[in-house]
Amino acid sequence: MTWDAHDYDAVPGTYVFNGRRAAMGYPLNRMCMSFNHAENREAFRQDEAVYCEKYGLSPAQRDAVHTRDILRLVQLGGNIYYLAKLAGIFGLSVQDVGAQQRGITVDEFKAMLEQSGEPIHG
Amino acid sequence: MARIVGGITTSHIPAIGAAISKGLQNTAYWKPFFDGYAPVRRWLDAVEPDVAVVIYNDHGLSFFLDQIPTFAVGAATQYPNEDSGWGLETLPPVRGDLELSWHIIESLVADEFDITICQEMKVDHGFIVPMMTMWPDAKEWPITAVPVAVNTVQHPLPSAARCYKLGKAIGRAIESYPDDLSVVVFGTGGMSHQLQGERAGFINKPFDTMFMETLVENPEALTRLSNAELIREVGSEGIELIMWLAMRGAMTRGATLVHSHYHIPVSSTAAGVLVLENSAPALAGV
Repeated sequence: MTWDAHDYDAVPGTYVFNGRRAAMGYPLNRMCMSFNHAENREAFRQDEAVYCEKYGLSPAQRDAVHTRDILRLVQLGGNIYYLAKLAGIFGLSVQDVGAQQRGITVDEFKAMLEQSGEPIHG
Repeated sequence: MARIVGGITTSHIPAIGAAISKGLQNTAYWKPFFDGYAPVRRWLDAVEPDVAVVIYNDHGLSFFLDQIPTFAVGAATQYPNEDSGWGLETLPPVRGDLELSWHIIESLVADEFDITICQEMKVDHGFIVPMMTMWPDAKEWPITAVPVAVNTVQHPLPSAARCYKLGKAIGRAIESYPDDLSVVVFGTGGMSHQLQGERAGFINKPFDTMFMETLVENPEALTRLSNAELIREVGSEGIELIMWLAMRGAMTRGATLVHSHYHIPVSSTAAGVLVLENSAPALAGV
């Protein structure tokens, strides 16, 4: 199978949510969509492994859910808007998720945002 | 005849909605942001629009990735807001305007925009946060609405040029509606931000500033930007700015700037708001 190359592939540190990622991430994103309902968030909290199994996540996706590794979940086809629903269950804010993916502390991430009068590259 | 009195582009960051729900507008963190909306509210109070045509994107409430319309138009008597797992307060539904919806739908399809028609449509923060920001104290929303959802989630996305043309077609649709209605067109989302990948937290103030100025004076120049260029300049989620071009397309060429405000950061995002009016400003000094 050959997936099309795209002119956005060169943007560093960016995983544009295209067909390839959508296909890979479908079970994961479908699970995240279920978290629109409070009872499903509670069911996930009760037994994460069973819940991930029910939605057919791949072993790598299940492992990344288990370790709260949002960057890995993005790389495995998670869409960030859907992952936000999962991150909320983990008590992670948008800034927490940003800092974690960038590999810096939340305070460093906030300071970076405050100072972003100029573009941050990379 | 219906008339587009003006257009508003505004960020729709969920944290804004949470701040309004918690009454934090006057705190040190939030005041510089919310101060930028006082002139917008004064302008709305002066023009008293009947209808808001809201061009926004859904983030996984009304649509899932199983079926993603590139452009979708609501045709419902009301648009409920529901829990989308983002921890936001659920707000009252927004009333629809069925006849205007179907007029816009017929006009768009005749104009070769093959939109998806939605007799049921839920509206998430992409739609409701701008409504909260405009009318934070309203017990019920003072306008009816026609939601227009643009796919900014599942690539390939429509281009900036395509969204600008959609806006022009929406403008023609509204201006050909026989009833006397005063309409405001919203374009929501942006400005620069990236929520995913090692580049999360990317903000580009020089580009945002240029974008706001150029959108008013020379929007066609912005329609030459490819989506790859936009992702590079405003981040993978900042691409929502294509919906600002849709709003601009619905305005007249000579629409005038009433108000502009830019603030960094709100959550992880650069927040911007613009008010354009189709004729000379109704209010001096807004």
